[in-house]
Amino acid sequence: MAENCRVSITCVYCMLAQRNPPSPAVFPVVRCVLRDLTGFHWLQDNRIKTAKYNAFTFLPTNLFEQFQRFANAYFLVLLILQLIPEISSLSWFTTIVPLVMVLAITAVKDATDDYFRHKSDQQVNTRQSQVLIKGMLENEKWMNVRVGDIIKLENNQFVAADLLVLSSSEPYGLCYIETAELDGETNLKVRQALTVTSDLADDVSRLADFNAEVICEPPNNKLDKFTGTLYWKDNKYSLDNEKMLLRGCVLRNTEWCFGLVIFAGLQTKLMQNCGSTKFKRTSIDRLMNTLVLWIFGFLICMGIILAIGNTIWEQRVGSDFWTYLQWNKLTSNAIFSGFLTFWSYVIILNTVVPISLYVSVEVLRLGHSYFINWDRRMYYSPKDTPAEARTTTLNEELGQVEFIFSDKTGTLTQNIMVFNKCSINGKTYGDVYDEFGHKVDITEKTPCVDFSFNPLRDRKFRFHDSSLVEAIKLEEPLVQEFFRLLALCHTVMPEERNEGELVYQAQSPDEGALVTAARNFGFVFRSRTPETITVYEMGQPVTYQLLAILDFNNVRKRMSVIVRNPKGQLKLYSKGADTILFDRLDPSNDELMYTTSEQLNEFAGEGLRTLVLAYKDLDEDVFDEWMKQLLFASTSLDNREENLGALYEEIEQGLMLLGATAIEDKLQEGVPETIACLTLANIKIWVLTGDKLETAMNIGYSCNMLRDDMNEVFIISGHTSLEVHQELRTAKERIMGPSREKFSGDPDTEKTDIYSSDSVFEETIISEYALIINGHSLAHALEADLEQILVDVASAHIGVGISGQEGMQAVLSSDYSFAQFRYLQRLLLVHGRWSYHRMCNFLCHFFYKNFAFTLVHFWYGFQCGFSAQTVYDQWFITLFNIVYTSLPVLAMGLFDQDVNEQYSSRYPNLYRPGQLNQLFNKRKFFTCTLHGVCTSFILFFIPYGAFISAVRGDGSQISDQQAFAVTIATSLVIAVSVQIGLDTNYWTAVNHFFIWGSLAVYFAILFAMQSDGLFNIFPNQFTFIGTARNSLDQPVVWLVIFLTTVVCIMPMVAIRFIKTDCYPTQTDKVRLLQQATRRQGPQEQNLRRVRRTSSRRSAYAFAHQQGYGELITSGKNMKVTTSSTSTCPLSSPEGRPGTRGAPDETTTEGETNTTGFKREFDQNKDMMVEDLEAR
Amino acid sequence: MMASSYNAKDEDGIQPGSVGSGGPGAVKNRKPDNTAFKQQRLPAWQPILTAGTVLPAFFTIGLIFIPIGIGLFVTSNNIKEFEIDYTGVDKSSPCFHCSQNYSWNSTSACTCSVPFTLETSFESNVFMYYGLSNFYQNHRRYVKSRDDSQLNGDQSSLLNPSKECEPYRKSDEKTIAPCGAIANSLFNDTLELFHIHPNGNRTAIHLVKTGIAWWTDKHVKFRNPGGNNKNLSVAFQDTSKPVNWRKPVYELDPTDPDNNGFINEDFIVWMRTAALPTFRKLFRIIQKKKDSKTPTLQSGNYTLEVTYNYPVRSFDGRKRMILSTISWMGGKNPFLGIAYMTVGSVCFFLGVVLLIIHHKYGNRNNNADIPN
Repeated sequence: MAENCRVSITCVYCMLAQRNPPSPAVFPVVRCVLRDLTGFHWLQDNRIKTAKYNAFTFLPTNLFEQFQRFANAYFLVLLILQLIPEISSLSWFTTIVPLVMVLAITAVKDATDDYFRHKSDQQVNTRQSQVLIKGMLENEKWMNVRVGDIIKLENNQFVAADLLVLSSSEPYGLCYIETAELDGETNLKVRQALTVTSDLADDVSRLADFNAEVICEPPNNKLDKFTGTLYWKDNKYSLDNEKMLLRGCVLRNTEWCFGLVIFAGLQTKLMQNCGSTKFKRTSIDRLMNTLVLWIFGFLICMGIILAIGNTIWEQRVGSDFWTYLQWNKLTSNAIFSGFLTFWSYVIILNTVVPISLYVSVEVLRLGHSYFINWDRRMYYSPKDTPAEARTTTLNEELGQVEFIFSDKTGTLTQNIMVFNKCSINGKTYGDVYDEFGHKVDITEKTPCVDFSFNPLRDRKFRFHDSSLVEAIKLEEPLVQEFFRLLALCHTVMPEERNEGELVYQAQSPDEGALVTAARNFGFVFRSRTPETITVYEMGQPVTYQLLAILDFNNVRKRMSVIVRNPKGQLKLYSKGADTILFDRLDPSNDELMYTTSEQLNEFAGEGLRTLVLAYKDLDEDVFDEWMKQLLFASTSLDNREENLGALYEEIEQGLMLLGATAIEDKLQEGVPETIACLTLANIKIWVLTGDKLETAMNIGYSCNMLRDDMNEVFIISGHTSLEVHQELRTAKERIMGPSREKFSGDPDTEKTDIYSSDSVFEETIISEYALIINGHSLAHALEADLEQILVDVASAHIGVGISGQEGMQAVLSSDYSFAQFRYLQRLLLVHGRWSYHRMCNFLCHFFYKNFAFTLVHFWYGFQCGFSAQTVYDQWFITLFNIVYTSLPVLAMGLFDQDVNEQYSSRYPNLYRPGQLNQLFNKRKFFTCTLHGVCTSFILFFIPYGAFISAVRGDGSQISDQQAFAVTIATSLVIAVSVQIGLDTNYWTAVNHFFIWGSLAVYFAILFAMQSDGLFNIFPNQFTFIGTARNSLDQPVVWLVIFLTTVVCIMPMVAIRFIKTDCYPTQTDKVRLLQQATRRQGPQEQNLRRVRRTSSRRSAYAFAHQQGYGELITSGKNMKVTTSSTSTCPLSSPEGRPGTRGAPDETTTEGETNTTGFKREFDQNKDMMVEDLEAR
Repeated sequence: MMASSYNAKDEDGIQPGSVGSGGPGAVKNRKPDNTAFKQQRLPAWQPILTAGTVLPAFFTIGLIFIPIGIGLFVTSNNIKEFEIDYTGVDKSSPCFHCSQNYSWNSTSACTCSVPFTLETSFESNVFMYYGLSNFYQNHRRYVKSRDDSQLNGDQSSLLNPSKECEPYRKSDEKTIAPCGAIANSLFNDTLELFHIHPNGNRTAIHLVKTGIAWWTDKHVKFRNPGGNNKNLSVAFQDTSKPVNWRKPVYELDPTDPDNNGFINEDFIVWMRTAALPTFRKLFRIIQKKKDSKTPTLQSGNYTLEVTYNYPVRSFDGRKRMILSTISWMGGKNPFLGIAYMTVGSVCFFLGVVLLIIHHKYGNRNNNADIPN
C-alpha cells in the first residue's frame, strides 16, 4: 500500500499552514488557506468514510461485487445456459431461486455492515474540536477540520488529525500522548514542539499570525516515521515523528496543546493503515476451493462421459427411434446432439457444486463467532469485557492451531509488580509461619500487616509478614537503611494532588513497587527537586541533597544515587543485579553475601524478580575529586558514555551489602495452567519479547514454559550467521541423539526451531526441549529459510488480542479478543475444536448429500438414452438444497458437540486431529463423495429394480416417471435425514426440530406442489399433480423407500461401528467415558494444579530505561508549579510496536533504546533535509 | 499491517451497546446472558454407536426384513401372470406379416390372431397390460413434448400450444390437438381376447376400458376443452389430429362421451410417460363376474386378436400383452421380495460378524486408558 502511495504521488506533498496570506516573497510555493473567505476545497478535509455504499449505489455495486465471486458467476452462466431451449434440461427457476436467495442473504448482510459503518463514520465526523478561525477558537466538527488548520487539544481528548505540535501547556513544549490506538502501547509517549513554536504558547493572536509552510512526505502508513521541513521566518526546521501527534492518539497529562493539521481524514496515518484488510482464509477455505475445482473437473468428466454415451445412443438407438421422436434438423447429428447433451448435463449435474455451500459456511462461522461472543466463561467481569470474535471467517482455524506466538508484555503477566519478600542483612522477611514454625501458604485470607501507623501509606499495598514492621518499629538501623535506600535510589516522580494522596509515576513498575514498599514501611518518598529528595522517615521529613544519579543502563545493570543526608554524611546507595553488585562488595561482606545469595536462590525459585541493595559511605574528599572528574567527563564530547561509565565504576566499589528485594511480576491468572494445557494439546508456544534474556527466561520458568524437567534448554545467542547455525545444529544433534547427525544446512530439519519474529528473545517448547533464541541471532537463524518461513508465518495468522492489557489497537487489529490470557485455552480447545469439528462434519455431509442427490441423474442417463432427463421434479431440485436438507445440516454445524466442554479441556490431546488436519482433508473428501456416489447408486437401482414391473394395488400403472421421481426423492430425503441423524452427536431440541421439521416440510411441500389447486393455476409448472397421492398410498412404494434407506444407511453404521469399536480414536474414547460418567452422575473433577517448580536463579529484571537520571538532575521534567498534574511519563522498552508488524521492520537495538528526551537537545539546530529526497 | 480494520466506534472505546445511552446509570453490563442456548448447554441427546445399540439394530433389521421378504416373495409368487410377445419378429409368429408391412399411413388395418393357452385359471379381476420394450418414453425431448395446459382444456393453449410441442405443434396451418411427440405416438393397437372353448366356440371376453387411469389424471389433470360442452367436435374445431393418428382426438371412443377426447383413458395412460424404456401400461380390465363361482379366466385356450397398428420393429422394440392378477402390493414383483430377504440376511449376517469382531477385537473397556 505504501508503495503505491509513493509511486502515485511523485512530488512532495505540499501544504501550508496559515489562514492569513503569507508573503509571497518568502514562500514561493505557499498555498494559503483562508477557510472563511475562499473555498479551498481541494485541501483534504478531515471527513472519513469507511462505508462502501450509499442508497443509490448499493444495488449495482453490491451485485457487481457478488458476481465477481467465482461461484456466483458460475451460477449466472448456468442460468444463461438454461435459457437456450436446445440445452435447457432444467427450468430457469431451479437455478434462479437459489441464486436469488444467496444473493439476497449476502446483500442483506453487506447492507447491515455498511449501515453500521455509516453510523460510526457519522459519529466520528461530528465530534467537536476547537479550531482557530480568524483569531478565535471556535468549535467545529471533525469533518470540517482542514489541512492547515490550527486546532487546540485538551487533556484526554482524541487527536482529530495528524498534527504538528506547536505549543503546549507543559514546559519546553512537551506533551504526553497515549498511542494505544495506534500501536497498542499503553505507556505515555512524549512529543515536543519546536522551541520556536513552543514560544507561541497559548497566545491565540500570535498563533493566528503563525504562517509557515510545511513540506513533508506524502501520506503513508508508517506510524513511526515522519519527515518534513517547516519553513518559517526565513528559517528551516526539520520535523520528525517526535513532533507529530497522530490521529487516534489521546492527549494525556497535558492541559492543552496546539497543533497544525498536516494530514487530515483519509490521509492520516491511522486511516492509511486501514482499509486494506487482508482477507484471511482458513486452511479449510483453501482446501474447499481446491475441492470445488476438482468437483468442476469431475462435473466436466461426467458431462463428457454422458455426452459420449449420448452420441453412441443416438447413433445406435436414437436414429431408429425417429418415428416417435422427430427432431428438427439441427439436432439430428449424433455428435452435435452429444455436444448439446454435454451442456444439458452440466446444467443438471451443477448441484454437485452446491450454490448454498458458501453461504452456509458463512452462516456457520457467523454462528460460531456469536457463540464465542456469548461465552460467559470468557467474560472478564472486573473489566466488563466479554470475548469478542472480530473476524467471522476464521473460527475453524482455531481448531488447527499449532503454534502460538505470544507477545509477552501484558499478555502473560499482569505487568503489576508486587513487593513480595526481602532479605535484610541475611534475614528474610515475607513468609508467614504458623505457631509450629511451618511455612503457611499465603492466600487471600492470610491477615495483612497493619500499616495504620503510617498516614501516608498506600492502602492497596499488602504484606503479610509482621516481623518486618516490628523490625522497623524497633528502629533496626539496617532495616531502616534498607528502606531509605529504596526511597532514595530510583527515578520515580511523585505527584501529590491532595495532602497525603501520593501517586508515583514510575518509569518501570519494578521501581514503583519498591518505592511503594518503602513508603508503606515508613520511608515515604514525598517530593523531589533536581537537587533534593524529601523523604518522610517514620513521619519526620528529611531532605537529602541529591548529588548524582549514576544512571541505569543495560551494561551496568544497576543504578546508584549519591546523597548527602541532613547530618552532612555522604552516602552512595546502589541497587542492581546480584551478579553485578556481588562483584563490587567490600570483602568484609563475604559471609553475608553467601547467605543472601542462598536467599536469592530461594526467591528465584519462587519465580520472583530480585534486586540486590548495597550502600557505601563516601568520603568528602574522594567525592569532591570524583565529582570534578564527573563534571569534566559529562561535558566532554568524545567517549562521553565510556568515560562516565568508568567513573561510575570507580566509585561503586567496596559496597556494603544491605539485602535483597524480591518482586513478584504477577502472572495473569491461570497462565501457567493454560500454558501447560496448551502444551499438552501439542501447541508449540513461542513467546516473543523485548525483554532481556534473564527476564525472558525468568518469565518462561514462572509461567511453566520452561520447566526443570526439560531435558535441555538451548540458548542460541550467536552473533553471526555461522555461529547461529552451528548452535542450532548442535542443539538439533543433541535432541536427535548421535544416531542422526547430518543436518548441515537442510532447512527442513530446522523447521521446528526457526520461526520468524522481530523480537529479541524467543522461547518455545518442543516436547521436552526448549529453545531460546537471542534477537540478534534470530535474524541469522532465519536467513536461510526466510522466504519459506514468511510463507509459514503468513499462513499462521490468527491474531488474538488481550484487551485491557494492551492498547485497543492490538485488539482492533486482532481477530479475536478477550481480557485474559487464560481464555485462550477455552478459545482453542473448546470453541476452536468445536468449530473445526462442526465445520468438517458439515462439509463432509454437505458434499455427501449433494453427490447422493445429483449423481442419480448419472445412473438414470443410462436408462433414458443419455438425454439429460432429470429424475426428480424440477421443484424438488430447486428446493432440495435450500429447503429440504439445509437446516438439519446447519443445525449440526452450529450445535454439534462431539465432546462437551469439560472434556474438551480436560483432555487437551483431543485437539490433535485438528492440527493433523484429520477431520477434513482430501482423503476424507473422497470418502464422503464416494459415500455419496454409492448412495446415489442405491437410490437409483433399488427403485429401478422394483419399478420395472410394478403396478399399483388397483392395477394401474406406477412405474411412470413421476411416481419414480417421487419415490426416489422421498428415499433421498429420508436417507439424507437419517444420515444427518447419524452424523449428529448432539441432538438438541433445535436439531430435532430441524430434522423432523425438514421431513415434515418435505412432505407438506410435496403434497402442496402436487395439489389440484396449484396445477389449476399453473398447469405447465406443476405437472406432478396427484403423483404423491397416487404413489405414496401404495405399500409397495413405502417398502421400496424403506429398503432403500436401510441399504443406504446400514453399511455406514457397520463401518463406523467397527471403526469406533476396534480402532477408537481419542475422541471416541472420551465420548464413551463421557457417556459412562453421565450415567453414573457427575464425578469429582480432579483439577490439574500446575506447580511452579523452578530452581532458576532470577536475575536483574528491571524493565528500565536509561536517561531518566539525567532528566531528573536537569529538572527538565519538573514543573515550576508544585500542583502539577503529572510530570514523568511512564515508559518501558518492552512491547515495541514492531512486534505485530511485518518482520522486516525489525530493529534489534532494544538495549540501547533511548527515550525522546535525548533528542530534545538537538532541536534548536536547524537541520538540513536531505532525507526528504531519499523518500 | 497494523490497524487493519479501522472502526470509528472502537477508536472511542465506546461500545455499540452504550452509544448514546445517557447517564452512567444507563451503562449496560456486557456480560453475556446465561441462557442454555448462548452458553451451548442446550439439553441434548447424545447417541453413540456402541455394541449395545448397533448389534441389536442389525439383528432387528434382519429379523424384520426376512419375514417381509418372504411375505413379499410368496405374495408375488401367488400372483398369476401371463405374458405373450406379439411383435412378430419370428417368421413363424402370427403377426409377422403385420410387422413387416408397417406404415403409419396404411388405411387398411392389419390384423393377426395370437393363440395362447392359460395353464391355470385366473381368479378375481384380471388386468390386461400392453408392454413395450426399448421404447424411450423417458427421453428428455419426448417427455417435454407436450402441453399440459392444452390437455387441461385451456382454450388458448388449445389453439396456441407451447413451443415444446415442436415439431408436432402445427400441421397444415392448424394446431395439433393434442400436440407433441407423446400424443403423436399414442399406442394404437387394438387387442381383443377370445376364449376358445374346448368345443371350438369362441367367446369374446368383456374388456372394460375405463378405470385404468389415475383418478387425478382423469378428473383433474386432463380436461376436454369447452367445459361441459358434450359436442367435442365443436370444441376441437380448428384443430388438427396428430400426424400419426388415424382419427381425431374426439373420436377416440365415440361410444362413451366420458371417455373421449383428452379424457380418453387409453390416451391418459399413454400420456403418463414411463420411467424406464421397458414398461407396461394398463390396457383393459377383465372384471370378475359378480357372484360367479367360475374364475375370471379359466385355464384353457385363448386367442388374442390384434389389430396391428403400432410399429416397433424399426427401433428393435417389442410389444407384449400381459394378463395379470394383482394383490395388495400390485403385480408380480419378485425383486422386492428377494431384495428384502437378501438385505435381511445380510444385516443378520453382518450382525453376527460384528458381534464376533466386537468380542474378539473390540475395545470393550474403553474407559480404562485415555492417554493424556
